[in-house]
Amino acid sequence: MQDHPGLRRRGFLTAASGIGALALVGCGDSDDSGSGGSGQGGDSGDGKPRRGGRLRAAFAGGGASETLDPHLANLFADVARAKALFDKLADYGDDLSAQPRLASGWEPNAGLDRWKVTLRKADFHSGKPVTAEDVLFSYRRIADPEKAFRAKASLEPIDLKASRAVDERTVEFVLKRPTAEFPNVLAAFGAYIVPDGSSAADFDKKPVGSGPFRFVSFAPGRSAVFRRNDDHWDGAPHLDEVEFVVANEESARVNALLGGQVEYAHELNPTTARAHEGKGQIEIVRLRNSAMQAFAMKTDRAPFDDKRVREAFFLIADRQELVDGALSGAGVVGNDLFGKGYEYYADGLPQREQDLDRARSLLKKAGAGKLKVTLDTSAVAAGFTEAASIFRDQAARAGVTVDVKMGSKDSYWADILDSGTLCCYRSGAMPIESHISQRLLTGSTTNATKWQHKDFDALYQQAQSTKDEKERAAVFGRMQRRLYAEGGFLVWGFADWIIGTAKGVKGVDRKAPANTLDWARFDKVWLA
Amino acid sequence: MSGLGTWAARRLLLGGAQTVAVVLLVFALTEALPGDAAVALAGDQPDPARIAAIREAMDLDRPAHERLGDWASGLLHADFGTSLASGRPVTSYISGAFGPTLLLASLTVVLLVPLGVGLGVLAARFEGRFVDRLVSAVTLGVYAVPEFAFGVLLVTVFALRLDWLPPTAVGYGTDLLAHPAALVLPVLVLLSRPVCSLSRLVRAGMIDALASPYVAQAMRYGIPGARVRHAHALPNAVAPAAQQLARTVDWLLCGVIVVEALFVIPGLGTVLMNAVAERDVPVVQGLAVVFGVVTVVLNLGADLVAHRFAPRAEVAA
Repeated sequence: MQDHPGLRRRGFLTAASGIGALALVGCGDSDDSGSGGSGQGGDSGDGKPRRGGRLRAAFAGGGASETLDPHLANLFADVARAKALFDKLADYGDDLSAQPRLASGWEPNAGLDRWKVTLRKADFHSGKPVTAEDVLFSYRRIADPEKAFRAKASLEPIDLKASRAVDERTVEFVLKRPTAEFPNVLAAFGAYIVPDGSSAADFDKKPVGSGPFRFVSFAPGRSAVFRRNDDHWDGAPHLDEVEFVVANEESARVNALLGGQVEYAHELNPTTARAHEGKGQIEIVRLRNSAMQAFAMKTDRAPFDDKRVREAFFLIADRQELVDGALSGAGVVGNDLFGKGYEYYADGLPQREQDLDRARSLLKKAGAGKLKVTLDTSAVAAGFTEAASIFRDQAARAGVTVDVKMGSKDSYWADILDSGTLCCYRSGAMPIESHISQRLLTGSTTNATKWQHKDFDALYQQAQSTKDEKERAAVFGRMQRRLYAEGGFLVWGFADWIIGTAKGVKGVDRKAPANTLDWARFDKVWLA
Repeated sequence: MSGLGTWAARRLLLGGAQTVAVVLLVFALTEALPGDAAVALAGDQPDPARIAAIREAMDLDRPAHERLGDWASGLLHADFGTSLASGRPVTSYISGAFGPTLLLASLTVVLLVPLGVGLGVLAARFEGRFVDRLVSAVTLGVYAVPEFAFGVLLVTVFALRLDWLPPTAVGYGTDLLAHPAALVLPVLVLLSRPVCSLSRLVRAGMIDALASPYVAQAMRYGIPGARVRHAHALPNAVAPAAQQLARTVDWLLCGVIVVEALFVIPGLGTVLMNAVAERDVPVVQGLAVVFGVVTVVLNLGADLVAHRFAPRAEVAA
């Protein structure tokens, strides 16, 4: 209990945010309009949905400084609440591809730098229809240069001055450069649509959205009660009401669930999950591939500026041991690439295994026989310190001395961005395209591996200006093969996100990684 | 009484100075922490441009002494400033969270005094016999258990196994009086340690007092034993206990952090934890002022009580 849960969560979430920031050039295809969408969560064995009841869901929260302003959403609790009250134009499906929501479709021009987005017929809780003006108002609010709203960076590709409402339900977005993956921008974390003219004061008192639930009451850091919106475009929720309660301590969330005080507890520990899985008292839901777990090597400085050393480190890691030790087994091994199971993931590459002999010979060739490195870690995220000490022991077997250095957890992410050579790293779910644009381009703002290659940047531009989806996938594949061979991220695993529910809760999605459309989605849940 | 008046005034003045010192120290320490609110808010998306923008929006780019000056001058008008994280006034944080913490603390104190004094007197009355040994063993044993562990134990047994009480106060908000069952376990955890220390102290004081010449003299006059114990010996035992009690109340305000986290009670401890994590300096400072003032006032009160009950103890200012 030493660590401050609030922060850990904040850290994690932030990773997942900012999706699509800096989406550069693009291209893309237009298809897509009405496809997919709304994953109906649950497995088929849940029976026929039953209407009615109030579901109480416990999340870790931000205490008294919480707000219902969806553009300020920071924590998982904020996102879950924003998702109940508001809609975005698009959201991420289970494979992190953009699925239409308020947008019924999108159509680029040939140059992929002008996108016509059509809105579906939907109403705000006030009864007013959602219009193109509301969309532009919301995006302009997020992009306000005076403010630091989270989705601002994601909306950067849009030239909002030139964009306009063609008619009531059509927006024409003018982009600064071709962007094939533009729908990712529409799905960006925090890019919610609010009514034209909303002000910050409205959100705390009486937030009006177009989401599946209407506002009833809110006490920051304690509870938020929302009621079913019978007129929601995606169908009315099964529940009468949903109440979000805040409990920062994991043990409190578990106890409240076991004691019948809540029906849904977000973010449980693997040990808790093991203790209760299959015991019949509560249900444990594991959302796979929710968090990438990695070590980040700074590729612009010794010893990692030599790609043989990086490869040696790839070969030092015993991934299963790391998953078992640092994640208590709640996860799967990684293959040095982000986004297992996501759209465009290069899953054809052979799984990397520990090979200490080859690692030693690579190090010798690189003239790094008696290598000493400092590994930065911190209690900022679950499993970080454990992963560091496990890796130190694995490295010792290859003759590498790893010196583990504990950093402050409150400023960890800012500290490791530019300093050090090797550090523990993790990231929440986001499209692979966003991971690349945010972290692996020369101009990326959070490039922790200092992966800066003009030819790699060019490949990204090429992907974003390729309209054909197959060709685009091939370009993303090429980029990933390069990263697999000599990148800076040693991705050793993907952690499960663990949720507990009471026995009678049905329709909880079991596949959606944390932060995607069907995660924490209460309009599709019912109480049996 | 005028002597007592100047003494109290001197104590108040000293208390004021102590509060100011606490505030300055807290400001200096939060400044010295690595990272600021902007870095904490940016989390693992530490885009330098974004951090700079947040910093500017929060006025963190101004020098520390200016921010301290503004804040201190606002304090003179009971204006605690606004939270960096939410922009809401700090007073709303404090007033919103004060209720649950105060309720927990006062319930604990109300039960603590009779329980602690009663156990202490009981043990002293039967010094060295079975009752004394039982009370001493139990109080020492319970004292040794950390609150968090004790709380988890109580929840597991009384809430999850026996299903007698709710395991947490989640969803009840600040209106805890409407759910008295939810208060039982938190108050028990809060009581566990102070009851032990207080009863040990009262026991020791009573034993000393009972062995003193003036009690022996009173006995020789034939004054009944109960009267000697309660009217003559107890006040002398209570004087140090009152000061211990004041210290306990300070501690309650802090110990409450553990209890609030464990039982999900939205009080001052929760606010403080979040504010520190977010580097929300104005909130931390506001709480420091509140805690500082409470501590000073309580200790002053305790010294007055001690002064009144045992003037010969020469309570130092």
